[in-house]
Amino acid sequence: MLRRIHSLPGLIVALLLAVLALTGAILSVDPAMDRLGTRVPDNGQISVATLADRVARHYPGVEQIQRSPSGSVIVYYSRDGRTGAERIDPLSGQGIGSYAPSAFTRWVKKLHRSLLAGTPGQAVAGVSALAMLALCLSGMALLARRVGGWRQLARPLRGNFSQRWHAELGRLALAGLLVSAVTGLYMSAATFGLVADGMQNEPDFPTAAATGPAAPIGTLPALLATDLNDLRELVYPSPGNPEDFYSLRTAQGDGYVDQATGALLSWRAHDGVHRAYELIYQLHTGEGLWWLGLFLGLSVLSVPLMGVTGVSMWWQRRRSMPRIADNSGPQSADTVILVGSEGNSTWGFAKALHDALRQAGQRVHTVSINQLATEYRQARHLFILTSTYGEGDAPASANRFLARLDGFAGTHRPSFAVLGFGDRQFPKFCQFARDVQDALLERGWHRSLDLGTVDRQSAQAFAQWGQAVGQLLGHELTLAYAPTLPPTQALELIERIDYGAQVQAPTSILRFGPIVPQNRIARFRRLIGLNGLPRFEAGDLVGVVPPGSPVPRFYSLASGAKDGFLEICVRKQPGGLCSQMLHGLKPGERIEVFIRSNPDFRPASGKSSVILIGAGAGIGPLAGFIRNNTGKYPMYLYWGGRDPASDFLYEPELGEYLADRRLTQLHAVFSRVKEGAYVQDRVLDNASQMRRLIENGAQILVCGSRAMAGSIMQAMEGILSPIGLDVRTLKLQGRYREDVY
Amino acid sequence: MNKTALSLFLAGAITLPGLAQARPVTLTTQLKNYGGEGAYLAIYVTDTKGKYQKTLWVSGKKAKYYKNLRDWARGSGMKPSEFDGVSGASVGSGRSLKVTVDLADALIDAGYEIRVDSAVEDGRDNPADVRTPLTAAGAGKPAAGRGYVQSFVYDM
Repeated sequence: MLRRIHSLPGLIVALLLAVLALTGAILSVDPAMDRLGTRVPDNGQISVATLADRVARHYPGVEQIQRSPSGSVIVYYSRDGRTGAERIDPLSGQGIGSYAPSAFTRWVKKLHRSLLAGTPGQAVAGVSALAMLALCLSGMALLARRVGGWRQLARPLRGNFSQRWHAELGRLALAGLLVSAVTGLYMSAATFGLVADGMQNEPDFPTAAATGPAAPIGTLPALLATDLNDLRELVYPSPGNPEDFYSLRTAQGDGYVDQATGALLSWRAHDGVHRAYELIYQLHTGEGLWWLGLFLGLSVLSVPLMGVTGVSMWWQRRRSMPRIADNSGPQSADTVILVGSEGNSTWGFAKALHDALRQAGQRVHTVSINQLATEYRQARHLFILTSTYGEGDAPASANRFLARLDGFAGTHRPSFAVLGFGDRQFPKFCQFARDVQDALLERGWHRSLDLGTVDRQSAQAFAQWGQAVGQLLGHELTLAYAPTLPPTQALELIERIDYGAQVQAPTSILRFGPIVPQNRIARFRRLIGLNGLPRFEAGDLVGVVPPGSPVPRFYSLASGAKDGFLEICVRKQPGGLCSQMLHGLKPGERIEVFIRSNPDFRPASGKSSVILIGAGAGIGPLAGFIRNNTGKYPMYLYWGGRDPASDFLYEPELGEYLADRRLTQLHAVFSRVKEGAYVQDRVLDNASQMRRLIENGAQILVCGSRAMAGSIMQAMEGILSPIGLDVRTLKLQGRYREDVY
Repeated sequence: MNKTALSLFLAGAITLPGLAQARPVTLTTQLKNYGGEGAYLAIYVTDTKGKYQKTLWVSGKKAKYYKNLRDWARGSGMKPSEFDGVSGASVGSGRSLKVTVDLADALIDAGYEIRVDSAVEDGRDNPADVRTPLTAAGAGKPAAGRGYVQSFVYDM
């Protein structure tokens, strides 16, 4: 629901808001420019009378003096029947250039206020401000939910490019966007008379006529008593009309000044409403608050980018929502599938289950968890597939689960099985799936299968669960989950180094290069620095689709595109379709690949130390990080192999990196030698150094098997507890990251 | 006819002599291409000393900006009754305003003049942007403005 509140106005007004934001950003520079070109006297230094006296010397035909909130002073005058306007130096009264607001600024202002469409345009701009406010508030709530609470708002963000940048920019710009939206909304409401702005409270025109011949302006008491910095506007009486007055507008109020006595005739102080309007106007425009203007301008620059990333996220969600074919009704179905999904990716799995069950002759009803019916007359099996949102919360399509469950009135209850989807790197892995199972058990529902979990959309784990479902139903069930693959690119193996055959851990470092045709276009591309590789960095993932399976396998990259080659480190798995294929490649042979970015698994920018921990082929991305550590920040590598004589991966390179200080310390440890040990043992040996580094802000990157990562985490908990920290806290701070398989 | 209406009629007859003899007058105001927001205009009749007599037309709908049409604002007191039925939208830069209003014969060739006050947001106020004598002979003769008005002409 919250998501819909956010994305619906977002989609509708994205373009409008981009126009308002860009024009606003351009206008925001004006107050600073204005301020730059002006000398502002101290308070009490110059009175309006003094200024007017100086101005009179240079401009005998002065009719009006205006002071902008930034402090620049403009004199309007007429000379020989022609009118003119000049900016003057407030200290000398001398002209410093003619004043004519630029046509471009005026046009931008008009676009900003009314989209060049008059009153209807002003109304649209006002509604857009309202939409912006709604987007700010709902976006903030969404972000808080996503990161697991309001207090976590500052923590590092995860997700794909659009998700991360959308949230990151939103978080940075939120204050500026809120100020712009609220003040803009108020000003729009004031324009349409929906709220009072206090501007209609005018002083009355003086009734008494002037009491004698005009006195020199420099002697008028009311003007002597007004500081220049408080002046807004001084309008001179019509020449030759002894009954006319000066009108004086100041920061405090408005009134008229007798041209003979200089007395303040009819003063009206600004009321609270008026002052509030002026303050809000200032907050919106930054007039007289140039730094605020620049801050707001910078903030709203994020709006077009957020529009693009927001629309792209919406499109990704929409595209990943599959169509369920041959969906049976809730009362006629013998099998019910309920789906809990935030980004729709779980629906792909639900569709695979739905199709497989239908093929097996079942009548299947597949809907979101929030559509749980009040009864199922014929259903024998209920499968619940759900992801978890944030810190163990329900995803969008399951947030009414408990209420719906309590509304279930059927006398007949199908037996149920829950399959959770999640990412083990998050502390509360599949928590909502557990909660769903507990809620059903508490209410006496019968469980047919233990809770299943799928880590990071693993097709293998899903297929295994499918086998269990097949056994339950008494027939073979093959779940073929085929995610839609991005377009692939062919690469050629250029080099391979093989390790570990003697210790039953055959592992190869495979280096691929682009297939570059020898023609003019290719030569030109090389010339401008395009090496024919897709964009990637060490730590990103390369997807390889093995022959005979629609499901890609992912390998962590040990190089960046800048290195000019794509490098992976692959352990040959017994029976592993993809690793067997890769190990069988000869130089010159080709594979089809695509890149999936993994921006969370890489060293954070900055000078703090990086502790790299891995075992076996997990060294791949870690070696890539060290290779690219050209800034020579402290990096510590802990790595475990079997036998230095056989599987010491990257041995020559690591020596090089130590020599040129790209690597600070190397702790290589081997298990199949005398007094052999594992990497976690070496980590524990160095506990005090580890603690010191972490207290000084070090981050930890772990890459390797799940079992190894578990041992490392256990070891780290022991190391951290004396300094009052734990892995969970470091993970929340984005300082403990894992890439496990 | 009741008493109140009668006395109103009499009051009207005193302040506006010859109300019965009025004629349509077409006012044409051409603005300069000054390039800002729409201009607020007040077209009104004064005596030669500038004493306000009657409003002919007001352009611009937001009363809070009327104070910038200073001479007219002061003379008319900005009372809505003064410009009831003779007001319209502000006039854009470079545009012209053409309106036809009723003008009492008694004001013509009687030493009165037509004035135009003009004002634009973020710009100057121009009291008496235009001053032109209100005479039968002056009809059709354009008068130049000194502010936002390029030229002003009345035809009768």
